Amino acid sequence: MKEGKYLDVVYKFEPKYSWAAGVAISRFLAELKEGRIIARKCMNCERILVPPRMYCEQCFRPTDEWVQIKDTGTINTYSVSHVGTDARRLKTPILVAVVDLDGATPGMGILHNLGEVEPSKIKVGMKVKSVWKSSSERQGAITDIRYFRPTGEE
Amino acid sequence: MKNRVAIVGAGMTLFRRRMLESPKELSFEATRMALDSAGLELKDIQSVVSGSAPDAFDGMHMKGEYLLDGTGGIGKPNQRVYVGGGTGVFTPIGGWWNVASGMYDTCLCVAEEKMSPLHPHPQYAFWSIFDQILERPLGTTLLWIFSLEMRRYMHKYGIKEEEIASVAVKNKGNAVDHPCAQLGAKITVEDVMNSEPICWPVKRLDVSPPSDGAAAVVLASEKVAKKLTDQPVWLDGVGWTLDSTHWTNRDLAYPEYVEKAAWMAYKMAGIKKPRKEIDVAEVYDPFDYKELHHMEGLQLAAKGEAAKMAVDGVTQRDGDLPVCPSGGLLGVGNPIAAAGMMKICEVFWQLRGEAGKRQVKKDARTGLAQAWGDLMQVGTVAVMRS
Amino acid sequence: MTPGLSTRELMFEAASRAYEDAGINPRKDVQSFICCTEDFWEGISITDEYMPDQLGAVLKPLCTISSDGIVGLATACMHIMSGIADVAVVESHSKISDVLNPDEVSSFALDPIYDHHVNADPRFVAGLEMARFLKESGTKREYCAQVAVKNKKNALLNPRGVHGANLDKKAVLSSKVAASPLTELESSKTIDGSIVFVLASAQKARKLGNNTVWINGIGWSSDTPWLEDRDMAKAAYAEQSASRAYKMAGVRNPATYFDLAEVDDTYSYKELQSLEALKLAAKGKAGKMVESGTFDRDGRLPVNASGGSLGVGHMLEATGLHRMLEAVLQLREQAGRLQLPKVKKAVVQSWRGIPTATGAVAVLGN
Repeated sequence: MKEGKYLDVVYKFEPKYSWAAGVAISRFLAELKEGRIIARKCMNCERILVPPRMYCEQCFRPTDEWVQIKDTGTINTYSVSHVGTDARRLKTPILVAVVDLDGATPGMGILHNLGEVEPSKIKVGMKVKSVWKSSSERQGAITDIRYFRPTGEE
Repeated sequence: MKNRVAIVGAGMTLFRRRMLESPKELSFEATRMALDSAGLELKDIQSVVSGSAPDAFDGMHMKGEYLLDGTGGIGKPNQRVYVGGGTGVFTPIGGWWNVASGMYDTCLCVAEEKMSPLHPHPQYAFWSIFDQILERPLGTTLLWIFSLEMRRYMHKYGIKEEEIASVAVKNKGNAVDHPCAQLGAKITVEDVMNSEPICWPVKRLDVSPPSDGAAAVVLASEKVAKKLTDQPVWLDGVGWTLDSTHWTNRDLAYPEYVEKAAWMAYKMAGIKKPRKEIDVAEVYDPFDYKELHHMEGLQLAAKGEAAKMAVDGVTQRDGDLPVCPSGGLLGVGNPIAAAGMMKICEVFWQLRGEAGKRQVKKDARTGLAQAWGDLMQVGTVAVMRS
Repeated sequence: MTPGLSTRELMFEAASRAYEDAGINPRKDVQSFICCTEDFWEGISITDEYMPDQLGAVLKPLCTISSDGIVGLATACMHIMSGIADVAVVESHSKISDVLNPDEVSSFALDPIYDHHVNADPRFVAGLEMARFLKESGTKREYCAQVAVKNKKNALLNPRGVHGANLDKKAVLSSKVAASPLTELESSKTIDGSIVFVLASAQKARKLGNNTVWINGIGWSSDTPWLEDRDMAKAAYAEQSASRAYKMAGVRNPATYFDLAEVDDTYSYKELQSLEALKLAAKGKAGKMVESGTFDRDGRLPVNASGGSLGVGHMLEATGLHRMLEAVLQLREQAGRLQLPKVKKAVVQSWRGIPTATGAVAVLGN
């Protein structure tokens, strides 16, 4: 490494987007606002899909109907995160999990946070339930569910 | 297959947390080295394939265009291929189809990555790989999907963190002998277990670092290769597969997409028993558990059995199936696209007996390089023969 | 614009139609899928993550080529020619309605150290090019306006002709300045859409049935990324691409060989510059030929009979596929009100847009 100065050019790039949620996710978000989770069914493979989608990726055909599913589920896998999005250390770790939802085809999970649980007590296979924001706080976003907490069942 | 394709030259820059060279300069250095090692000049190159992962790191739109003078692409047909982390092994696959199709006799393939420009930390760019509506609002970071997968893999097969840690020890140790390595070091399993938890079960020493770097290879058709060298390394098998966007709907314990990509490459190369026929493997190791996970996808270990192979020393340089003799991403560094290309270069050098202190003990005739990418979705595999 | 549909839903629609047309099932019959996208147009890093499901490509070989759609088609050709695929699918789209500040995104393709500091509409690059081209080629300013008049008029017959209009040169020349000397009516506007192509080997194509259009030659190339080094009067990338495509297809006299040409008209002057680069017009003559009607729908060589990007809209990396679509419909005699008589040989050309000097050319036949 030679000694000397080098030039740095610093700038900010802020592209802005407003993504069209589309038919499937718009409905999903509208249902979240009502405190419900909705899925789509493909009559061909009979899978109940969540997050819902208007096409079945296995059969390659449009999906057929909306299905209301439960807001409870099972932890498929989880992690305890000590860093934030920009790699900075967090004071309180974030608990994150893939939760397989009841009422959907087994293995159909969504990504969400866990709460009201000690990190050392979390187990794969644990039963959990959504904790929702109050109806006036809900906006039609994935964060209308605050987190999932253990139901206490085995 | 129509035309046999050979790798006739390779080169790579240092991999460091921050290189002072610009992306164009890094590309130039790697391509110049590759051309020199092949005994060719830029005018001998008929087409160029470049690979570079997210534009977000550089804050540049259409990064492939910007890199053109560094990659040697001016006045030539160029393709920038992109499959997330799988790009490094996919770049020479792009070169493969340029030559195997009969369109071109020579192709320069270069993978470049400069992660350091992004402030405050390159990690931040990965936030934008997640679903804008369903995932990003949760404060996602790339580490999450790895830690979730690691947890699931450990749970399903009863694998212990210590067994996984042995991979980090092996690779960082191997990297001490790699002249370009960023993090070569002699560490112990205890060091790994004591390193700070980042996203449990992932700890600091389980992860590869963000890096800057570039690597390149030159591909040639059979007739040109035979004129250039008496040691061509044949790119006999290529495969790639992309799994569903909905990664939370899949069982993360097994990388099916790696298996499919592997069979596509094995079939083309005429390999029926990979565990027996592959002599050396550069398996993608952004995290230590990933090396084991991918070995199983690649059919180099039965499901859940890779950890035992690692602990038993089978995957050491003097073992029966050396894995990551280079030191891998864990030891050499992880400039995303360039890391995969580094693995291609390593297999190239191993098959020619040019790997110096890293040369594996067994007589290596058939080698494999594999990369992974996206939301646990992409497998890219290349099978090479001397 | 398509606010009701997400990008993926848009792609599913396009893919379903293409597969129906080709008579194939993507889950069984396709060995390679290629998407032409750029992350910053999507707002996603690693766009290919979000591609497989809606194309029927889950657990199949899918990759992204960060370039114009015609380069994607070239990739598909190489996959088929190398024997790795019998049937390959190419997709590209524009969902510009999702991007709130597209000029900011475009500006970030400029060299970060030497060019990006110019705090202006990125089309200043087109303005510079146009000025140089007019001077070097001796083309009259009003001939560029005529390109806009012709293409927007053609688009009135096109069901996809979102920006069709009946204008005269005066209206075009007096429209607001985009980047001097370029005016707004000479600058194409971006629209949403997704286009999917299915390609097959000759053997497979014969089995799949009639209405095949053949890619007889294809070429792609890049000139220098440095604005300062470029000869802005020429479209060198188009010359290089065309020369390769013509060689492959055995085209010796491009000026008289083709029945139809779909060439880049992102900006009005681009059509003239491209026509000369493709040797469809002699150097310095394209402007006069446009003026005299040679390139009209009923002229000797219809150019952009579809309305082009000026008349239909620009589709980012999918623009090349859009022009391919228009040419293919003509070759299959499926162009409806746009249909021209006796179209047997077409040339299609694309450009990646500012600030690039990259483009591709395809030679088609039926």
